[in-house]
Amino acid sequence: MEERRVAETLRAAGAVAASSAPWSRMSPRGGGLRRFARRRSSVAVLLCLPLLALIGGLVLYPALYAVWLAMLNKHMTRFVGLGNFLFLLHRPAFQAVILQSVIFAVSAVVFKALIGFLLAHLLHAVPGRSQRVWRGLLLLPWVIPLAMSTLGWWWLFDPSYSAFNWVLNVFGVPSVPGLGATWWARFSVILVNVWYGAPFFMIMYLAALKSVPEQLYEAAAIDGAGAWARLRYITLPMMRNILSITILFSLIVTFANFDIVRILTAGGPQDQTHIFATYAFVAGIQSGDIPLGAAISLFMLPILALGAVFVLRGITRRSAEQAG
Amino acid sequence: MSSRPSLRSERRWALWGSYAALALFAVFFLTPPVYMLITSLKTSAEIGGQAGSPWVVRHPTLQNYLDLIGNPHFRVFFFNSLKVTLCVVAVSMAISVLAAFSLARMKFWGSGVLAAGVFLTYLVPDSLLFIPLFQIIGKLGLTNNVWCLVLLFPTLAVPFCTWIMIGYFASIPKELDEAALIDGASWMQLLFRIFIPVALPGIIAATIFAFTISWGTLLYPLAYLYSSDQMVLTVGILTELIRGDVFEWGRIMAGSLLAAMPPVLIYVFLMDYYIAGLTAGATKG
Repeated sequence: MEERRVAETLRAAGAVAASSAPWSRMSPRGGGLRRFARRRSSVAVLLCLPLLALIGGLVLYPALYAVWLAMLNKHMTRFVGLGNFLFLLHRPAFQAVILQSVIFAVSAVVFKALIGFLLAHLLHAVPGRSQRVWRGLLLLPWVIPLAMSTLGWWWLFDPSYSAFNWVLNVFGVPSVPGLGATWWARFSVILVNVWYGAPFFMIMYLAALKSVPEQLYEAAAIDGAGAWARLRYITLPMMRNILSITILFSLIVTFANFDIVRILTAGGPQDQTHIFATYAFVAGIQSGDIPLGAAISLFMLPILALGAVFVLRGITRRSAEQAG
Repeated sequence: MSSRPSLRSERRWALWGSYAALALFAVFFLTPPVYMLITSLKTSAEIGGQAGSPWVVRHPTLQNYLDLIGNPHFRVFFFNSLKVTLCVVAVSMAISVLAAFSLARMKFWGSGVLAAGVFLTYLVPDSLLFIPLFQIIGKLGLTNNVWCLVLLFPTLAVPFCTWIMIGYFASIPKELDEAALIDGASWMQLLFRIFIPVALPGIIAATIFAFTISWGTLLYPLAYLYSSDQMVLTVGILTELIRGDVFEWGRIMAGSLLAAMPPVLIYVFLMDYYIAGLTAGATKG
């Protein structure tokens, strides 16, 4: 791969040099240097303009607009300051949403990280070609559009046709109300999220495992280090950065997840599985209380911002390590 | 000497243990799609009859698939999805390749901040801004218009695509563009003759990412589109096939699998690029 890329680079360079050689005589030197630098930065800004327009118009502006919207009353006729936020915080239904969002995100990320870590190690132990096949199979949940696979889970949990319950009954276990009872429904949405996200962790950790130099393990083996010592003193320190980046990233994405809860339970039973995104959808879009919906979404912001800052720090540190 | 065979057999046992554990997880990971496939091959009568194991197909039929392909609504959803996705991929790649080229090679005032800003934008989830965007889309007169997605999906795709491309572009040796510039190549020649061909793996990975985002995202179309001529596939299956209390599960599952097909096919044929794009966020840039 790397060699091919270099070869392509050289070929491309040759092509450009050949095609542009006649002009080289005409390019002005001397006083043109300053103009050149100026042109360089103006070209640079020009190339970034579409990106700036996109981020400014459809990310930054909506974010500020969300803050403004969240401070209006239901019919958007009157400024109410922090009224919506205070109203939400005092409402038991919303307190339950905060709690459930935390339960959902934290437990799903913990299980995704553990399963992903385990799977990465299992895959790493398997030789080349069959590793490719297993990896290909195990990444499938991540590849299928989440809304579609969640429909499949919904059908698996269907109260009267549940194929899971059929299996349980075969083993003499009574049926469970997969989506009907509060804690079972909470368990189900977390299960689906773990199913969807664990392969992502697996792939990230596998890439990290492969980047750990083999000599370290050989040296450790000579020193008589056991499996636990190798994990504790080589693998984990070498992977620390990727581990934390992946976990934080997943925490952000899981916190903001919409598809699973929306399709699987639509927040039920009795709003017990609502998380921020689905609750904001019900309040803002379905019930038409735009300011309240905006306020609910904005409750995610501090958590997301905190996570984002740490992810960025991890990434910068990692690229500094790789460069140095 | 005597410990050698036992070491080897120990290793073989460990390998078989790994295989067994992987198989267990494979069952967990593949159960939903496989069961979707099983259901999609059944008639409504067989599903409703509930005779015996639900995991077995007794009278396999492709009727559900044929019904969907013959269904004009479904075809509209499909072509809407296709239309939107192709436009989103084109727009996103154009924006991100230009910006990444600039951010990777030409330092200008604020370029470092902008690069960090791009990454932070990648971490802004769709569910954070969909309410103000609902208002904005309404003011633009694009509510219930499938083209609003071409405006919105790039906000989800562009930041990560730019980020991947910055990483790939930055790995191209600087001597190369210096030589080309001294020879009088323009910046655009540099981009199209050197950077894009050399960073082609990155371009493919970013394109796949933009495609999957645009094909699979549920929230925006669910919130902003409501009539069936403007619907895209993910939402169309949810809203058109699930009506009232009578669920045609065979058809729903067939539709879901058909909708999952394009990303899965891309994954199967371009797996290495897919995975390179997935891991690029942490290993590159």
